[in-house]
Amino acid sequence: MQVTSTSYNRAHHWFAVFVACATLLLIVAGALVTSNDAGLSVPDWPTSFGSLYKIPQLVGGVKFEHTHRMIAQFVGFLTIILALWTWRVDRRRWMQYLGWAALGTVVAQGILGGLTVLFYLPPSISSAHAALAQTFFCIAVCIALFTDRKWVLEVQRTVADHQRPRLFTLTIISIVVLYVQLILGAMFRHHGMGWLPHVLNSVTVLFMLAWTALRARSQYSHVEAIRRPASIMLALLIVQFCLGFLAFTTRVSWGRNAVQPELPMVISTVAHVAVGALLLATTVVLTVQVWRCMPASVVEPVSAIEQKPMVA
Amino acid sequence: MIGLAKVNRAYLVNLRGRESLRLRSGQVRATKFCKSNSRKGDIMNKKTWSAMWVLCLLALWLFVGCSKKENTNEEQGTSPSSEAKPAATAAPIDPATAATVSGTVKLDGTAPKPGKIDMSQDPACKGTNTPETIVADAGNLANVFVYVKDGLGDRTFDVPKDSTTIDQKGCQYHPHVLGVMTGQNIEIRNDDDTTHNIHPTPKDNREWNESQPPKAAALEKTFAREEVMLPVKCNQHPWMKMYLNVMKSPFFAVTGKDGKYEIKGLPPGDYTLAFVHEKLGEQDQKVTLAAKDSKTLDQSFKQ
Repeated sequence: MQVTSTSYNRAHHWFAVFVACATLLLIVAGALVTSNDAGLSVPDWPTSFGSLYKIPQLVGGVKFEHTHRMIAQFVGFLTIILALWTWRVDRRRWMQYLGWAALGTVVAQGILGGLTVLFYLPPSISSAHAALAQTFFCIAVCIALFTDRKWVLEVQRTVADHQRPRLFTLTIISIVVLYVQLILGAMFRHHGMGWLPHVLNSVTVLFMLAWTALRARSQYSHVEAIRRPASIMLALLIVQFCLGFLAFTTRVSWGRNAVQPELPMVISTVAHVAVGALLLATTVVLTVQVWRCMPASVVEPVSAIEQKPMVA
Repeated sequence: MIGLAKVNRAYLVNLRGRESLRLRSGQVRATKFCKSNSRKGDIMNKKTWSAMWVLCLLALWLFVGCSKKENTNEEQGTSPSSEAKPAATAAPIDPATAATVSGTVKLDGTAPKPGKIDMSQDPACKGTNTPETIVADAGNLANVFVYVKDGLGDRTFDVPKDSTTIDQKGCQYHPHVLGVMTGQNIEIRNDDDTTHNIHPTPKDNREWNESQPPKAAALEKTFAREEVMLPVKCNQHPWMKMYLNVMKSPFFAVTGKDGKYEIKGLPPGDYTLAFVHEKLGEQDQKVTLAAKDSKTLDQSFKQ
């Protein structure tokens, strides 16, 4: 594969990993806000109780909502650094674009978060906020992957895929069904629809992801870059299915008449959201790795000035 | 603006359709094309702008029209005297012939064991830990909202000048179920040493969400439209919930702990009374009241 090369920058890579981890923490914080029904405990935005910098008394729902806002600001700040750093040190043009795309996504995410407060949590905006959060997490994970030593320095061998449907197709479909599941789940959590569509689609997700992961493991057992995410995907899928069952039991069945969100309800749903985000990111990583191993080599566009025929 | 555009087999048609430039392949300086059509582009821009202005004015007109309607209703709600005049078709109520309907609301079956509220999230919350979802003492059901659903025709009623109060005390709302008239002033107090936010989530009224620090001045609010069992909650303390009922008539009551209610001053006539509970739903009963009648109308809900 001919690429515009870049040198491996260890600090840059680990910073990208840090941003991805911080984003997962942010998703957990956001899930805690929804699970504790604390979405409007701070009634204003972009200020918090009229102030941009004062930390209010962190009690009740404010503890979750304001902590979420503070982590979000931190992640936004980290993303600015990441985009600028990528622009400075990474010579791959598409990586620079990805850095800016991450920044754009995090800004859009902040605005959606604000709008959902100002419009009193409309299901459509709150669900878009939830879906874009995981999209940003996937971008952060991809940046971490693309700056990894193995990606930058090693030559990925190509493996022919004669089976139909192709594994790449399966991974793309897996991402689509996961996104649909993510939106259905978010709509349910934000009272935009019932639980049935989310539960019904979970069967599709289970089937599709299991098929994809098992196929990847069997067909590419000798390619670590594919085998590993496929194995993680399979493990996460099992965990996620169990957590989904637990979340359903605690929130829909057992906690239907609860006077307030109780700890088992909160833990199971937050864990379900977090593992869902990890599952989506792992599926995206698997897709990228499968794409990389495809025999039809993809020549990245290289500008005439930057073109240096080096093998990454 | 595009400096250089690569166009393959493209038809570039000017905006009036008189001239066209067909390019099979190659590069075209888009700036040149734009320059040659700049006048027509300007005309189109003017047309576009004109259309946009017309659309904007239309939207503004519609918006103002709708807002006026909305404001009219809100004003009706906020002005206690605006609804005072009875409609021409309805006879005024003669206090000498006014009837009363009263009764007891019961719960059939065993009341569910009340859960416990966990107030540990906020050390300043020192209220009772019992939720008020279903309160039934010896089968008498509290917090049932009873109102005249049908039978008053197009009568209108004076809005009481006195405010009604919602108190936040011990991190709970007092009362748990409240009835008010449209436009009646509601005073919302915070007697706790913690901040609350008051967030009604209506279907027909305007939604709002305001925080109220400890010992802050009371909030004064009105609701313009009729709405039954309008939930009010505090997002800082998720167990805090109450229900507001906004009525155009003063003929409503909320059952006490003894399950009793009483509605006085009704003119003789045929009425439908609705009994509404936040969890157990609504049940209706018809009643005919003669002059000076005092009827008993009991109701029971099944658990």
